[in-house]
Amino acid sequence: MTSPSTAQTGEADTPAERGARSLRRQGGLAERAAEIAIHAVALVSIAAILLILIFVGKEALPLLTSPEVHKEVTPIGMLAPIERAGQALYMWQPVSDVPKYNVLPLIVGSIKVTLVALVFAVPLSVAAALFVSEYAKGRLREVVKPAIELLAGVPSVVVGFFALVTLASWIQATFGTEHRLNALVAGLGLAFAICPIVFSVAEDALRAVPRSYREAALAMGSTRAQTVLRVVLPAAAPGIAAAVVLGFGRAIGETMIVVMASGNAALLDASLGRSARTITATIAQELGEVVVGSPHYDVLFALGAMLFTATFVVNLVGERVVDGMRRRLGAGS
Amino acid sequence: MTTAVVVTRLVGRPRYGDRALAAATGTAVAIILGMLAIVLFDVVRGGVGKLSWEFLTESPREGMTAGGVLPAIVGTVCLTLLMTIAAVPAGVATAIYLTEYASRRSPLARLVRVCVANLAGVPSIVFGLFGLGFFISTVGRAIDNVAYGGESVYGRPCLLWSSLTLAILTLPVVVVATEEAILSVPRELREASLAVGATRLQTITHVVLPEALGGILTGTILAVSRGAGEVAPILFTGVAYYLPHLPSHLNDQFMNLGYHVYVLATQSPDVDRTKPLLYGTALVLLVLTLLLNLVAIWIRARSRQHSRAAA
Repeated sequence: MTSPSTAQTGEADTPAERGARSLRRQGGLAERAAEIAIHAVALVSIAAILLILIFVGKEALPLLTSPEVHKEVTPIGMLAPIERAGQALYMWQPVSDVPKYNVLPLIVGSIKVTLVALVFAVPLSVAAALFVSEYAKGRLREVVKPAIELLAGVPSVVVGFFALVTLASWIQATFGTEHRLNALVAGLGLAFAICPIVFSVAEDALRAVPRSYREAALAMGSTRAQTVLRVVLPAAAPGIAAAVVLGFGRAIGETMIVVMASGNAALLDASLGRSARTITATIAQELGEVVVGSPHYDVLFALGAMLFTATFVVNLVGERVVDGMRRRLGAGS
Repeated sequence: MTTAVVVTRLVGRPRYGDRALAAATGTAVAIILGMLAIVLFDVVRGGVGKLSWEFLTESPREGMTAGGVLPAIVGTVCLTLLMTIAAVPAGVATAIYLTEYASRRSPLARLVRVCVANLAGVPSIVFGLFGLGFFISTVGRAIDNVAYGGESVYGRPCLLWSSLTLAILTLPVVVVATEEAILSVPRELREASLAVGATRLQTITHVVLPEALGGILTGTILAVSRGAGEVAPILFTGVAYYLPHLPSHLNDQFMNLGYHVYVLATQSPDVDRTKPLLYGTALVLLVLTLLLNLVAIWIRARSRQHSRAAA
């Protein structure tokens, strides 16, 4: 079966395409201008990535270079503990007489809620992807797939609101958590938000496994379950790994759900039942109140730059894996 | 009859392990859809009593404990409208470049693809930082210095900068949907058009784009839905908690449904009194975004059927 994309992106150009290219040069002046405009506008996405990098980085730069800023905070000071009464303390208290900018509680908070989200979302989404790609047929498939993707259409502020008002009460009543808003509540809210992306990428990966793999396994006498678990799933493993990676990137960058549901206390501990403060929530809550150009302002942009770099790398890796798998499996059907 | 069917019949009825796996994966689907149903049910149950003509057409009163959400609806509509005006032409042009002009091996096209994909993964709060650092502090200030003698007209949070920030955030949605739609236009149509003497650009504007319209529309609607629900990127670039007037200029601040939900839920001094209003606002936002999504799904399904029928 030839999909439209392979027809379009085949290796060699057809005579018609070559003809079209030479015809193109004969277009009038207005046509040339329009084509140049199309090419120029196509560069917007490259410009956007570069400008994000430059302008978020620029506001964070004084943290590295300005002696003024260094009187209040240094990059090392953001990681090193404060000694007090023989104890090493990691504190994020940017608004106090002696501002403290230790980012460790924030990083731990971000990772904590993200892991909770992945623990719930990944098994559910991958299993759902298996159901849609291997078991659901025809009409059922065409209803289930868009329905799961509909989760992505729920605004994160609505998910955050649900977690804050309703879910948090359920969780506290069930588990008796120490704080009503905590890492578990925020993580569950995040799980809702990342299910669609993990599902979509995993389902794509499963569908990219050629039918011949399944037929070969079935012909050897294995059951459908054996085929799915021992042949299809391993073949799609890189794509499923990519789904997890992309889900991680989405979860760690999500803002509104965690700002509403996590409680936002910068505590450095592993407990899920206690309040947590993430990097994103910190930026969202504090940037509106700071003086532009103050050390606190620079630190918040530095957190943003850190987040941008982390998600950029994570996404790049995820897409590489997906592309590599597609190529290996011969672009699927 | 496909080989798979033959094999399935040869192997016989599904065995115990098959049923178990089907049941387990089916349960996962049920749990995910159950989560969706619970959230929808909770918001609908809490908000439906509040929904009335007055709620949709009045301003908030008495410290946000009474009245309606009209300014937030208007603000959200203005915001997404401006965003669409910026994002759709840029997204469609990018998709045209990628599919109709660039060769597959072009390094530039690959770079564009990587950037579009990564733009979709940039955390929304980073877009907020970017909007503040670039649009407001850099572009806005420059406009003020050149055109307004340093007076703060565009160098501050406002509708224009929020819209442009959101436009960059939703650009990938438009690009991906448009690209998919253009790729599904049969090559024969292009060749026929070129063969009768149309130029490359004429072929694109008269043959390819009309055929791909369904996909472009889907992308636009999904972008609008996404933009209407985003809060983090507008936090520092133009949204306001309460304004006595509706926005009328590009450099006005605006109210927004999502931000309204956020502020009412987290900063209200009297939660019990604002709760009905909060649920009502969340319901309006949810209905708006989900309706847009359903329309997009419907258009996509229809245009797929259409192209299948044509093939």
